[in-house]
Amino acid sequence: MATAAQQIRTFIEENYLFGRSDGLHDSDSFLEAGILDSTGILELIEFLGGRFHIVVTDEEVTPQNLDSIDKIVAFLQRKEGRSVCGTADEGSL
Amino acid sequence: MSAARAISTELLRIDAEQETNRLVARIRDLVFHQLRRRGAVVGVSGGIDSSVVASLCARALGKDRVVALLMPETDSAGDSLRLGRLLAESLSIPWALEDISPILRAARCYQRRDEAVRLVAPEYGEGYKCKIVLPGLLDATGYSLFSVVVQAPDGATRNVRLSAPAYLGVVAATNFKQRARKMMEYHYADLLQYAVAGTPNRLEYELGFFVKGGDGAADFKPIAHLYKSQVFQLARHLGIPEEIQRRPPTTDTYSLEQSQEEFYFMLPLEQMDLCLYGRDHGIAAEELAPAAGLDADQVARMYGVIDAKRRAARYLHAPPFLVEEGETTTA
Repeated sequence: MATAAQQIRTFIEENYLFGRSDGLHDSDSFLEAGILDSTGILELIEFLGGRFHIVVTDEEVTPQNLDSIDKIVAFLQRKEGRSVCGTADEGSL
Repeated sequence: MSAARAISTELLRIDAEQETNRLVARIRDLVFHQLRRRGAVVGVSGGIDSSVVASLCARALGKDRVVALLMPETDSAGDSLRLGRLLAESLSIPWALEDISPILRAARCYQRRDEAVRLVAPEYGEGYKCKIVLPGLLDATGYSLFSVVVQAPDGATRNVRLSAPAYLGVVAATNFKQRARKMMEYHYADLLQYAVAGTPNRLEYELGFFVKGGDGAADFKPIAHLYKSQVFQLARHLGIPEEIQRRPPTTDTYSLEQSQEEFYFMLPLEQMDLCLYGRDHGIAAEELAPAAGLDADQVARMYGVIDAKRRAARYLHAPPFLVEEGETTTA
């Protein structure tokens, strides 16, 4: 079963790097690497909502939560810890 | 003189007469000698940019060699057409009225847009109005997310965050407007053997505030190097009607009135001018901040926004790529 980090990486690689990892590390900033634009952020939010069954509020859409694979995983863990919107059933954190 | 005073809006001051003379000579050379066309078509919106371009073209090419195209559609502001006519009449240049609403209806522009809005605001229907907005720089806490403002027939409004399909659907539909206008401009250009003048200013051109194949298409773009405040300086020198000079810049694209600031730039244009100038000239955020009326953190964030918009604009500026470069580069 793919980990959350692996699923996020696959989403990023398929949609924004078009199959190339381009040396992307889990800690790399999407902003600094120019990977996600404003449309990409909207798509990422929908991906997280659909895959991990969470609702990302406007206040949570910050670089602190979403700007790297590591930060997203930590964000998901915090969300799951609060049991706000259920847990991921398609992957493990 | 302190650094804060040295870095001020004075940096954007130009010698309007000298710049006008330079542009007039350049336009004349470009249209007659480089492009070998007999005049220029200018899509006139009633705004400051197209008014300045039309005025420059009239000086450069002659009043009888410029045609102003007025192209309103269903969602255009009521005064756009009136101000466009005012401009053409003040310059004594020929103008033509082409209502593009039927073209847009045939392309299902409005229907496609409404369907996209309903993805996030199911109540959107007959008598409703909408616009897309970004949070202002000072309100944004992280990423800038597009939302749609929906106004019910009774005037009640609500702001809903857009999903990616809804955002892309609205933008793809409304982009028909700029592309329909450009199609009409080239129709007149073909009829008259004229060139098409583009009207973007520097903010729009550099940061990608245009539609590829729409208002981004033109044969020449005479004010694309000028900051917005410099366009206003030219407007005063050229004697553009006061009412046009006073009109707040608008996108004139959505049924609800929408400023360029709330749709794209996230700051008032005077501040945006200074931030772009600062980024272009390598001025540190803390050095620019006092002149821009912002704090250093806000300027730094705007520098980041500028960089992101420039990255996104690369696709918009890119010419068609060829698999092999031939000896000729013309299409």
